[in-house]
Amino acid sequence: MKSWIQPGPTRNAALSLAVAVLAAGALAGCGRKDDASGPSGSADNVIRIGHVAPLSGGTAHLGKDNENGARLAADEINAAGGVKVGGKTYRVEILGEDDKADPKEGTLAAQKLIDAGVVAVVGHLNSGSSIPASRIYSEAGVAQISPSSTAIRYTQQGFKTTFRVVANDEQQGSAMARYAMDGFKAKTAAVVDDRTAYGQGLADVVERTLKENGVKVVARDYTDNQASDFNAILTKIRATKPDVIVYGGMDDTAGPMAKQIHQLGIRVPLLAGDGACSPEFIKLAGDGAELLTCSRAGEAVEKLAKGGPFMAKYKAKFNADVQIYAPYSYDAVYVIVDAIRRAGSIERAAVAAAVGATDFDGLTGHIAFDPKGDLKNGAISIYHVQGGQLSYLSTTR
Amino acid sequence: MGSFDTFLQQVFNGLVLGSLYALIALGYTMVYGIINLINFAHGDVLMVGALTALSAIALVHGALPALPGWSLLIVGMLAAIPVCVLVSLAIERIAYRPLRSAPRLAPLITAIGVSILLQTLAMLIWGRNHLSFPQLLPADPIAIGPAVVTATKLLVIALSALIMVGLLLLVQRTRLGRAMRATAENPRVASLMGVNPNAVIAATFAIGAALAAVAGVMYAAIYSVAHFYMGFIPGLKAFTAAVLGGIGNIPGAMLGGVVLGLIEALGAGYIDTLSGGIFGSNYQDVFAFIVLCAVLILRPSGLLGERVADRA
Repeated sequence: MKSWIQPGPTRNAALSLAVAVLAAGALAGCGRKDDASGPSGSADNVIRIGHVAPLSGGTAHLGKDNENGARLAADEINAAGGVKVGGKTYRVEILGEDDKADPKEGTLAAQKLIDAGVVAVVGHLNSGSSIPASRIYSEAGVAQISPSSTAIRYTQQGFKTTFRVVANDEQQGSAMARYAMDGFKAKTAAVVDDRTAYGQGLADVVERTLKENGVKVVARDYTDNQASDFNAILTKIRATKPDVIVYGGMDDTAGPMAKQIHQLGIRVPLLAGDGACSPEFIKLAGDGAELLTCSRAGEAVEKLAKGGPFMAKYKAKFNADVQIYAPYSYDAVYVIVDAIRRAGSIERAAVAAAVGATDFDGLTGHIAFDPKGDLKNGAISIYHVQGGQLSYLSTTR
Repeated sequence: MGSFDTFLQQVFNGLVLGSLYALIALGYTMVYGIINLINFAHGDVLMVGALTALSAIALVHGALPALPGWSLLIVGMLAAIPVCVLVSLAIERIAYRPLRSAPRLAPLITAIGVSILLQTLAMLIWGRNHLSFPQLLPADPIAIGPAVVTATKLLVIALSALIMVGLLLLVQRTRLGRAMRATAENPRVASLMGVNPNAVIAATFAIGAALAAVAGVMYAAIYSVAHFYMGFIPGLKAFTAAVLGGIGNIPGAMLGGVVLGLIEALGAGYIDTLSGGIFGSNYQDVFAFIVLCAVLILRPSGLLGERVADRA
């Protein structure tokens, strides 16, 4: 078998070029750090706040939405004069990372942000990404405030740096199950999840609550967060004649699922959690959109006093409607800045401790954390799709 | 709804999936049969077809909003096919032809590289988000006996069947088909007989690309979504289907595609009951690959046998 490039001057030239390119790349990578002054990146009077969410893939629209909320908060704070700590005025800068909704990428993004000197992090979006990253943030002492991770496990790992500004899946799952029983009067249910930390956790809580209250779970099926064909499991579910189909997963799978439910002639309501409760779901579900009833892990922001002005400001700045969590990432940035002001310092440990003592009225309601980092008095709001839009139904506290 | 009705519905679901896999598998199998190359970029040709059709449909719909849905679907396919054919021919000419006499590993790695290149280009052109493919045919469920179908799904099955019959006729009855079969059997002797192997290979790539374009548009129409990464999994499954049916064997690819689709649909539907609840429907892909392994262990050249070139 002859070698595909013969020894000789051409080969030598090619190899030298390859080595030169590699060396240049390595050197370029080394000379990056311009400000590594201490763990809190305080050079140039900038407070760096990290933000991690999927910016590519099926839920990129949600990730972008979160990042926009955070950036809106940062811009407002800077426009109002920045943050005054210890005699100096700082401006807030958001460092956005893409975790592709993948737990492995989430840990890489976390490490990258820590190395870049962030004071605290708003993120991640997906519970499946937040949970492994939380260990990394805890070891670095960086406060992590998630605007959307609802999986129970996130705050149960014993870390002092994990917080969330939304309710958790224990509350959400119970509220969903309650609605299935009280609102739909369901006696039988089919439960499906996408096997992610979020989807599986939520579906398990709903299943357990339904069973405890005498509702029969006639089908328990699984898919994954990359799937697009649910016809096989929906056909199987159709044969069991449930009163409601419960789905734990995000809108990029819930939408096609609703569409396929409609196409298979199944006329049973679809009950899903906060990951599916977005305008994007309605676009993806087509004729199946009106089957959806979904919950959100917080107050109905648009009904709160500061909600309307926020929505308008968001629309004016980004020319898009709020998807789900932008108000929460907005509040998370304000919580961090509030903690910095109270601590009078931008050292990570001091800020993290101050976040724990937060007692703050934000856009999404009153924010205070319990010792584990969960939001105190979190609320669950229920919506359904009517007339091509998400329409508010009720809130449980 | 009785259990036989459910079974029929699952069979129908499997046929829809299987038709798509068959169309894509044909591209893999024809190329492998002729130049012994697994064209890893083939799944991404499907993606290019779907996204091109999406752009074309958006453009035409913007200019002429009164056009009915089915005509927009035709517009989409007419736009996708030439683009995919051009892309595939370009790949063949630029990436694969210079490596015709290279050791087997080089074109294989190049194919992976081309796949990554296509995905990245698509990401740059069409963005990172999942794009909604419009509902072109009415989505109302139609009841055919006990199974519930939609117009789009029926179209997929009918179109795939027609195309496969057309391809078989082309390969068996036309001069080009004879040239393809000759080149697949032994390229050197075929060239002695007056067949231009380069032209035949280019034609093979072009036909495979056209099939992938149609498959891509139908895939996007059924699932109503298109994005830069959508070709990876169908490409992988279709390759599996081609191997299952016998790589290089055209009827084999068709059979392999349909069989794989049926296994997936029936597997997802019945794994739960078959395994007594131990394995759930998320093991659907495991099931498909176990069947593939079993077939290859018992019949290593696939269901209908391999047909690869005789290279001296």
